[in-house]
Amino acid sequence: MKSKKSRLEKHHIEDLVGRSYMAFCVLLLIVIIISMVYFVASKGLSTFITGGVSVGEFFFGTKWAPEADTPSFGAFPFISGSFLVTLLAALIASPLSICAALFMTEIVPGWGKKLLQPVIELLAGIPSVVYGFIGLSVIVPFLRDTFPGQGIGVAAGALVLSVMILPTITSVAADALAALPQNLKESSFALGATRWQTISRVILPTTMPSIMTGVVLGMARAFGEALAVQMVIGNAPFVPKSLFESASTLTSVITLSMGNTTMGSSYNNALWSMALVLMLMTFAFVGLVRLLERRNKI
Amino acid sequence: MKPRTVDKIATSLIVFFALFIVAILVGLLGYILFRGLSHISWDFLTSAPQKIRAGGGVGPQLFNSLFLLVLTLIITVPLGLGAGIFMAEYARPGKLTGFIRLIVEVLSSFPSIVVGLFGLLLIVNYFDLGFSMISGALALTVFNLPLMVRITEQAFRSVPKQQKEAGFALGLSKWKIVTTVLFPVALPTIITGTILSAGRVFGEAAALMFTAGMSSPRLDFTNWNPLSPSSPLNPFRPAETLAVHIWKVNSEGLAPDAVEIAAGASAVLVITVLLFNLGARFFGRFIYRKLTASKRMN
Amino acid sequence: MQFRKSWIMTLALTSVLALSACGSNNGGNNAPANAGGNNAAATNAPTETSSGSDLSGSILASGSTALQPLVEQVAEKFMDKNAGVDIQVQGGGSGTGLTQVAEKQVDIGNSDVFAEEKLKGDDAEKAAALVDHQVAVVAIAAVAHKDAGVDGLTKQQLVDIFSGKVTNWKEVGGADQKIQIINRPGSSGTRATFENFALGTKTEDLQGSIQEDSSGTVKKMIGETPGAIGYLALSYLDDSVKTLSYDGVEPSVDNVISGKYPVWAYQHMYTNGEPNETVKAFLDYIMTEEVQTADVVELGYIPALNMQVARDVEGNVTKK
Repeated sequence: MKSKKSRLEKHHIEDLVGRSYMAFCVLLLIVIIISMVYFVASKGLSTFITGGVSVGEFFFGTKWAPEADTPSFGAFPFISGSFLVTLLAALIASPLSICAALFMTEIVPGWGKKLLQPVIELLAGIPSVVYGFIGLSVIVPFLRDTFPGQGIGVAAGALVLSVMILPTITSVAADALAALPQNLKESSFALGATRWQTISRVILPTTMPSIMTGVVLGMARAFGEALAVQMVIGNAPFVPKSLFESASTLTSVITLSMGNTTMGSSYNNALWSMALVLMLMTFAFVGLVRLLERRNKI
Repeated sequence: MKPRTVDKIATSLIVFFALFIVAILVGLLGYILFRGLSHISWDFLTSAPQKIRAGGGVGPQLFNSLFLLVLTLIITVPLGLGAGIFMAEYARPGKLTGFIRLIVEVLSSFPSIVVGLFGLLLIVNYFDLGFSMISGALALTVFNLPLMVRITEQAFRSVPKQQKEAGFALGLSKWKIVTTVLFPVALPTIITGTILSAGRVFGEAAALMFTAGMSSPRLDFTNWNPLSPSSPLNPFRPAETLAVHIWKVNSEGLAPDAVEIAAGASAVLVITVLLFNLGARFFGRFIYRKLTASKRMN
Repeated sequence: MQFRKSWIMTLALTSVLALSACGSNNGGNNAPANAGGNNAAATNAPTETSSGSDLSGSILASGSTALQPLVEQVAEKFMDKNAGVDIQVQGGGSGTGLTQVAEKQVDIGNSDVFAEEKLKGDDAEKAAALVDHQVAVVAIAAVAHKDAGVDGLTKQQLVDIFSGKVTNWKEVGGADQKIQIINRPGSSGTRATFENFALGTKTEDLQGSIQEDSSGTVKKMIGETPGAIGYLALSYLDDSVKTLSYDGVEPSVDNVISGKYPVWAYQHMYTNGEPNETVKAFLDYIMTEEVQTADVVELGYIPALNMQVARDVEGNVTKK
């Protein structure tokens, strides 16, 4: 028989072990993020510190020739390419996603949700290599036959990405619409407004900041997607002159060249600088989401 | 135009776009399965890939994907539980909690290629673990961990307040309440979330190319001694997963039936992810029913 | 390094302990993770000692994905013959292989190009420490879409096409079709070989050109895209694309061996300093007649053993 006191102590010890284990887990999260930032930054900054490339040349230079006799490291084609495909993908996916979300919550709330919810989850579950594979064997030949150019290019990349970010935007938008107070809609209907009037004048304006959160989250995913884009975009290090011309993104050039360059060479360091840009953009996207959420609360 | 006509047009447009998304999914799945299913056989699922001859399978890759998933979950689940419970039950609102929440958000939105590069730098090169299963699992941990934290936190928060208060009324310590009262109630949600996140791990390729490697040494499936380099259980061997294999076959494949293998492997990958999704739904419902039923009986 | 490994092991152990603390029932799965740790120490550090004729130890190779299939296949044969030897072959690309062998993280670094071409400037010292083993030759042919309407191109025509001076196939005697260049990224060993020995000059990337790193994708694109031109290793050639002759010389294995067809490069396996006994035995095995005439040919490479000409880092070709 144990005394009451020792049982109490056992509780205390358990509690202590539990707490310190949790502290360890949380600490690990902090260690991971700090080491990620530290390692990627220390590699990525070496282009500017020891490599002698000026920040201006890297961000705004349009000539990418790291292997040339007088190498130049203008990463503008990649940075602009990333932004271009991301924005295009968001432009294509957002209206579709908002329609899907309205369908689930406003038009046919019952079976609409039952039908679309699994569809959205499945779309989110398809791996990105499979998207790339389909992009290369369906979208590229389709674009080649329908439009001028070789099919490969910015348009193909944006189309593949738009399908990939559909689920993200749709699920956030659907949540936002579902969270809207019922009486808001009812009072609009009571005033004799049609459903579309209610949607366009009441529902969408009030939920817009939340829907934008979804769009930004989708863009964050599109910005960082690597393999699917690399397979269909063509990878020429230039700012494209048309949507059907081969171009590059930050992720595609990293995937393409990381393994072929030796660690510590200025070529390799420039790729790390691009990884750093990707990382900073993640911070920017998260910051933007926070900003939108705060505005939404007010 | 009359508002009623506008309403009709707008509604039909929304319905059209929603059904268009369903059509995209049906088209995607149909295409993948149509192209791939004819190639899937027991032999394809179990035999080793061939380098230059036709008729290779994806046996080792399928095993690697599953084993890598198990390894990743072994690492992430306990860590995610710890940090998640802390966030749900212990953390007081304040700067530190806000900071940890921000970290979780940032970690989960990092592009997988950045995680892969970080893994290459720190785990593969600096820790000298080489291209190996364990390197891959640690890299996957980086982006699976924030998901686990979020899943755990939400699961614990959704437990009714009364249960916790009843525990306190009985004079239990907080840790005891967490482990014996809250944890069992939160478990179904956690399991469902874990299975869904597992789907993402299963399809990941960009991060693994730089960490788990793109080669699959000959495996001896009769050798279950984890010390042996040819044993499938050895976590320190390089391991090509199914998703990476699709990428490699698609780009470097010398076998005459490379296209069919990529299609078959894509189908296997998608079917597995489908199974994960269905499994998560089924399991969640099953556990929920069991838990609620047993409570009524007591 | 040993210290770091033990650190990792401690972390692994901690998480294992943590697991059991959480009451999970995964004990059976954890055991391998633990036991494997000891094994990795053995795998990564090649044993210097060997007893008599029985070779033992482990070899870790990484690098070029183009060379990987050959090394993998030969490694399996070698392991069948020498039960005590364990060889692991990893990909990662030539740059990775050279980096890792220079840092002594692996025993063999596979590369498509001379180490001196990748490790330049501050890294030149590293390249000097590496010992080259040329195990095979890969020849590269210019290829075009079937409807381009030409059978061959001269060096000058190729230079004009890849530098953007000629943009239509009819200017080089083919069909009236716009030329679409399918190039490799600047870091690619295949591109370096093609530029050095087919064009004789470096070319700049052209606006609108497509760049792919992998031979499979390049072949698929050339086969599908009207007017496309690119270049592929001989082992990838088939009926889906049109193989072009170079200055009238057919890109064939015989022409490469005799030195008539100049667009080829060695496949290198680098060791850091002279290899130890086990690694040397493996490298010697690759150079045996048995492997060179069977596996090397079967996988589409050209045996280094048969070459009647040799080439040095600067590209000077000499008769053997």
